[in-house]
Amino acid sequence: MGLKLVARGKEEVMEKLRDVELELEEEIAEQIKEDFLPVELTVTSEEMSELFTEEAYAEDIALMLGKAEEGEIKQGDIELKVNKSGLPDKIKVELKKKLRAVRIELSWEKLDAILSKVVAKYEKAKVDPREAVGIVAAQSIGEPGTQMTMRTFHYAGVGAIYITLGLPRIIEIVDARKKLSTPTMTIKLLEEYASERNKAEELAMKIQETHISDIGNIKASTEDKSVWLSLNEKELEKRHMKRAEVKAKMEDIGADVQIDEMEDGQLRIHKEGIESFHELSKLEKDVSKKLIEGIEGIKRVLARRESGGEYVLYTVGSELKRLKNQKIEGVDFKRTTTNNIAEIAEVLGIEAARNAIIEEMINTLNEQGLDVDARHITLIADAMTMDGEVKQIGRHGIAGEKASVLSRAAFEVTVDNLLEAAVHGETDELKGVTENVIVGQPIKLGTGAVELVVGK
Amino acid sequence: MKKERVSILEHELVPKHEIVGEEKVAELLDAYKIKKEQLTKIKLSDPVIKEIKAEVDDVVRITRRSRIAGKSLSYRLVIE
Repeated sequence: MGLKLVARGKEEVMEKLRDVELELEEEIAEQIKEDFLPVELTVTSEEMSELFTEEAYAEDIALMLGKAEEGEIKQGDIELKVNKSGLPDKIKVELKKKLRAVRIELSWEKLDAILSKVVAKYEKAKVDPREAVGIVAAQSIGEPGTQMTMRTFHYAGVGAIYITLGLPRIIEIVDARKKLSTPTMTIKLLEEYASERNKAEELAMKIQETHISDIGNIKASTEDKSVWLSLNEKELEKRHMKRAEVKAKMEDIGADVQIDEMEDGQLRIHKEGIESFHELSKLEKDVSKKLIEGIEGIKRVLARRESGGEYVLYTVGSELKRLKNQKIEGVDFKRTTTNNIAEIAEVLGIEAARNAIIEEMINTLNEQGLDVDARHITLIADAMTMDGEVKQIGRHGIAGEKASVLSRAAFEVTVDNLLEAAVHGETDELKGVTENVIVGQPIKLGTGAVELVVGK
Repeated sequence: MKKERVSILEHELVPKHEIVGEEKVAELLDAYKIKKEQLTKIKLSDPVIKEIKAEVDDVVRITRRSRIAGKSLSYRLVIE
């Protein structure tokens, strides 16, 4: 995968160089080649793509080509002009690409005309001041939501890890729930592990929680008041564990616990002062629940090959914090995510949570074949995270109870709300939409939000 | 086995956060004609804030990679 990227990176460089060559004397082009090519050998593909961002490239080209001479438009002029235009980056990139293609036919007048037209169109496309963007967002997500299946599950791969999707998932995200019905992590691996099935599966075993009860038979014996454990060789081998390791890890079950290995390989776990059957069964429980390997709370881990040829681990249960703290070799934490937004907010911060909300919502909608503009979803994510913590959008919106009495009364239990407000002597400021509709005044939205005076 | 410290700042979900100097903050507030309190907030306990060692009342500039604009700037005020 890395190799491919390098190759593509090189192609790009060469293409850009060809463009440059048209403009320059041969010897200068040679010089640039010399400047550029060693980069390709020593720099990783990621760094490469960073080196050749649109801006960096533009600056380089502008520098190399200098300013235009007498009316002719050069590559650098397009870059510089477009960069100064104040458009969003994405539009700039597209515009530059299109302008570069027709550069030879351009004149200064044409370039200026195109630019000002694009800027004008962009300004026109912006949302109007005082537009009720929240309502538009709600409608834009609500309508396709009616087409969503009420209960859909989807499984990742053959091993069937179930993930809540569709409407229940959207509700989960918007509700900012801490306990999900199907928490799952997507663990990306470092290259060495991601390319080999065996290594990925070995790692999966290392992350999945393993208790004593998974790798052996436990029997409590009333005769000698001990717990007997016979380890299952097959299970041990599957997990690449050794008897000694297991024994060592079991030492800390309790302070006065003694573990002896018998000749037939069984382990005898004895604790001083066990008198009753109750105490014995407690010891048995402690033994069977002892975590030998993995992360507590990760019930299953599945390695699956993605379309890019990379093995990725999917888990049942999400423990991002524990995964981060345990630092398991081979895990690429930088690219590892979970579907639990509360966990992301806790471990990676509010901005990461915002990104996660956007990604999760868009993915859930796309999964169902619905296409909602990212702007609406971004607005929701912004609103949910603006106070520095993930807030839910509940029945009463994000802010909680409304300030206006009339608005509350219009929503539910009309009489109760009015009575309660009367008892407390509340005042309605008539600032919101509902109140003003009730009293028959223009609402303070859109054109209603501004007052105009005709000047003479 | 080399164990590196996992920095959350490098995580793909975490955009770049940087503390903004006082002059720049004044410029920003002036440009939008708002008060500091009207900025979106970020908690002092936020893991990224801890990492970049910002303090209460600092303004943090966030450079987001946006689906819509490609790159977008946002500001948050650090609160308790």
